Amino acid sequence: MKSVGKNIPRLDGYDKVTGKVKYVDDIDIPDCWRGEVVRSDIPYGRIKKINFDKAFDWDKVMTCTYKDIPGKNATIFLSDDQPILAENLVKHVGEAIVLIAAPSASKALEAKKHITIEYDTLDSVLSIEDSRKRKNVIFGKDNIQAKYKIEKGDVKKGFAEADFIVEGEYRTGFHEHAYIETQGMAAIPRPDGGLTVTGSLQCPYYVLKTLKSALLLDETKINVVQAPMGGAFGGKEDYPSLLGMYVALLSIKSGKPVKIIYSRDEDIVVTTKRHPSIVTHKTGVKKDGTITAMEIDVAFEGGAYSTLSPVVLSRGVIHSAGAYKCENTFCTANCYATNNVPTGAFRGFGAPQVFYALEMHIDKVAERIGMSPHEFRLKNCVEVGDRLSTTQLLKESVGAKECLEKVLSAADFGKKWRNNLDTCAFKHLRTKKGIGLSLYMHGGAFTGSGEGMKSEAGLRLNKDGTISVLTGCTDMGQGSHTVLPQIAAESLGVPAALVNTAVPDTAVVPDSGPTVASRTTMIIGSILVRCAEKMKKKLPDLKKRDVKELLKTYYSEHGELKIIERYILPPEIKWDQEKHCGDAYPVYSWAADVAEVSVDAETFEVSVDKLTVAVDVGRAVNPVLVEGQMEGGTLQALGWALMEDCIYKNGKPVNNRFQTYIIPTAKDAPEWKTIIVEKPFSYGPFGAKGIGELPLDGGAPAIANAIYNATGLRITSLPITPEKLYSLYEEKNKIK
Amino acid sequence: MEFLSPKNLNEALKFKSEHPDFTVLAGGTDACTLINSGILKSKGLINIYGIKEIAEIKENGDFLEIGALATLTQIIENRLVSKFLPVLAMACKTIGARQIQNRGTIGGNVMNASPAGDALPVFLAYETKMELLSAKGSRLVLFEKFYAGYRKTAAEADELAAKFIIKKCDDKERFAFMKVGTRRAQSISKVCACFRQSSSYKIAYGSVAPTPIRCYVTEKFLNGCKTDAFAADEAVRLVRQEVSPMDDIRSTANYRRHVAGVLLKRFLESV
Ligand SMILES: Cc1cc2nc3c(=O)[nH]c(=O)nc-3n(C[C@H](O)[C@H](O)[C@H](O)COP(=O)(O)OP(=O)(O)OC[C@H]3O[C@@H](n4cnc5c(N)ncnc54)[C@H](O)[C@@H]3O)c2cc1C
Repeated sequence: MKSVGKNIPRLDGYDKVTGKVKYVDDIDIPDCWRGEVVRSDIPYGRIKKINFDKAFDWDKVMTCTYKDIPGKNATIFLSDDQPILAENLVKHVGEAIVLIAAPSASKALEAKKHITIEYDTLDSVLSIEDSRKRKNVIFGKDNIQAKYKIEKGDVKKGFAEADFIVEGEYRTGFHEHAYIETQGMAAIPRPDGGLTVTGSLQCPYYVLKTLKSALLLDETKINVVQAPMGGAFGGKEDYPSLLGMYVALLSIKSGKPVKIIYSRDEDIVVTTKRHPSIVTHKTGVKKDGTITAMEIDVAFEGGAYSTLSPVVLSRGVIHSAGAYKCENTFCTANCYATNNVPTGAFRGFGAPQVFYALEMHIDKVAERIGMSPHEFRLKNCVEVGDRLSTTQLLKESVGAKECLEKVLSAADFGKKWRNNLDTCAFKHLRTKKGIGLSLYMHGGAFTGSGEGMKSEAGLRLNKDGTISVLTGCTDMGQGSHTVLPQIAAESLGVPAALVNTAVPDTAVVPDSGPTVASRTTMIIGSILVRCAEKMKKKLPDLKKRDVKELLKTYYSEHGELKIIERYILPPEIKWDQEKHCGDAYPVYSWAADVAEVSVDAETFEVSVDKLTVAVDVGRAVNPVLVEGQMEGGTLQALGWALMEDCIYKNGKPVNNRFQTYIIPTAKDAPEWKTIIVEKPFSYGPFGAKGIGELPLDGGAPAIANAIYNATGLRITSLPITPEKLYSLYEEKNKIK
Repeated sequence: MEFLSPKNLNEALKFKSEHPDFTVLAGGTDACTLINSGILKSKGLINIYGIKEIAEIKENGDFLEIGALATLTQIIENRLVSKFLPVLAMACKTIGARQIQNRGTIGGNVMNASPAGDALPVFLAYETKMELLSAKGSRLVLFEKFYAGYRKTAAEADELAAKFIIKKCDDKERFAFMKVGTRRAQSISKVCACFRQSSSYKIAYGSVAPTPIRCYVTEKFLNGCKTDAFAADEAVRLVRQEVSPMDDIRSTANYRRHVAGVLLKRFLESV
């Protein structure tokens, strides 16, 4: 192969490294006004009155309220419960009420100071527990935004067969995406009377959908263009539909281009977060290590509006029993509404929470029967022919065991684990060493038959003899716009240098579905393989020397050649959404992590010394980019495990700045060992599966288990801070 | 907002006496973040960064004089500091990371008056004198008298911090700077401390009280006995009583109290 499997440098790399690239904030738009948003500062209440200070000259600025929205006042997702601008009710701190645009940022800010809102405060619900108890009903009949049940076998029978039953409860909190580029969008009137909306966004067609329904315009009058993006991690999946509407409304009303760029604190307060969770486990196990039953309950906090929560919860509960053989599983899941900021998509999409719970719990179960964590996992790890909790039969591409075996031997796990256990109780050691393991997977693409929506992508021959990939999927730093051309070039049999990706503009590229769910390489890549086959049939023999000349000549003789194809769901996929039963995903990527830590025995500071990560991606189209995902995602997991903590008081994050919201620095990064396993997926392009989210799923429990190995302290809520370790240590030593 | 850029020290003092309510800008690494976040609302700025007269590090007999505008990097790299007050360089090395050290000044760290300022326990443990200047003249204050309460200093509105005067440390003395922060770099202290043992013990902490503090009771105890393992345990117990930390966004009072003791224990074990 000439392109696939090669470490082709990122096509956007040079411009980014040299600072040439223009993010939305850098794009110079002549005569552009700046927007500001007036927001709720209470978690729940009725708007009594909006006061526009009479002393202020309102003629110089433009303001909008919900009354300026001609169509539907809602973002269009699964259920349309989130208003673009609050009407008479606010349900979380930071909810937008009034929009302002002015010729300068300072003028807009000044105007903002002259608007005050009067409320009738309502009794807010600010935690999963309060929502579950129905302290107040703030959503539907029972505060539940979504619920699922997954059943396989008979857990009662399973528990009866067990020698031991082990229970546990595990919690995680809000998690901030911390993309380096804050959210920002601009709306620019077009010469033809239409409007272009551009900015930092993952899913141009999502934004378009809301714009069309709220503005009552069709796609000839409005287009959405992705600007180069400084990170997203899921945080720019649903939120840009709101921000896009803000700039569009202001621009239409003022007739000016309008830009809104969030400051870091505004971004942290108002944009989505990872769902906080409470996961409980009850596991039946035999003395020989056979798991006889798993009963799992997953509770997520959805925040004020449901946005993407139903699908996040679905992915969470489907992954909650993990990569283990077990005949009897029973999983329940609920997503609870609160008056906190809506939680949404975040790399991993519900899976990191359930794997943190499961992989810590599995260590506890193994310990109960006196088995080591690795032997227990090796015994129970799924292989081809096994069935997951949704009864999905694993037919091919199952690298779980190989990943496990490879990390265990690369890190010399067994020996170190035993040795640390022996020294754990030694009082004289100032530093305790620990090693921990996790085994996990991530379903590629949409849940169930979700990919049956027939996403489109295409290839276009350009005048200069190059070929462009046409897709509505975006590159947010993950490298897809290098990987997709590699796939297209390989399929066409042309040099990779001849293929690029067109800027995602809804006026130019087809709707490929959103850039989410680790689906771009696998789904869009496989459409491109089919496009290439079709294109090849039209083109002359490309085995000749000067392919570029050949293509140029073809173009000058035949004109533009464009091939658009739709995704075809593998026919054998069967999914019952109601019962959450069947083939939950076309395929899974598998992985295992080993974390090695040093814990200061007195200050309880934790340093992660080394992370060994093995992933089965089917086929690494660009191995260096796969390693980049493994390292970056796992580092993000490290931050979530040890330091990242959104502290909310009365619905508002207190630490809404990077001074107090602590993320890892380069110095906190460990030594890495990455191992790529390739068990090809027959429906993936050249066998490829997804990798984008997987690396965030397994880091936290591996680190937590390593800390337990080092100290004998099992912290069941994230982040595992020295403060929590010390108080648990104190508690244990007092009782003795 | 008005922005004044005096050309020399005299002009700076004049501006400050004319505009006592303007914020002084040295490196700006504290001031700018406070202004951006809306915590510091100032009418104007007086930019004193780079004014040479108060940016030098000099030897003066038994004393070392460090200008308030000396940058943290300047201190880290200075030969006099590494010879006569190495512990100050050790503390400055833990502040932020390279960029902050290149820009931030020692005077800024002191005048910002955060109880978590990492250089402050060093100045306390070394019984520093501080020179304050105004258009009216100069005065010296003892560093231990400088902080009147949480983020309150003894400086008048028209005064600038000019320099820090510190007795050189002697050859035989033992010292340490220790810090437990939120991560490995760009990390604000949960607890920081400077310990000395020369003719007597000096123990100073940051981040465990509304101001940086000296622990006189513990010092007195250690100075009055032979330091063995029992004495060390007792000193640790005493110091945990003497600090008065609180719960905040970075840590808990309970943890800070514990760590304050751990750090002292480590110092006593090493001397
Ligand atoms: C990312 C980051 C990391 C940081 N990490 C640390 C850390 O680890 N430890 C730590 O202690 N600090 C840290 N800081 C805080 C800061 O960098 C230091 O306190 C620094 O020494 C301040 O110096 P400056 O010259 O920038 O002060 P400025 O911001 O210029 O001034 C700070 C205050 O002092 C006043 N002031 C300054 N100089 C004078 C003077 N000569 N006379 C009168 N008033 C004056 C100013 O008016 C202002 O109120 C960090 C800051 C940032 C942004």
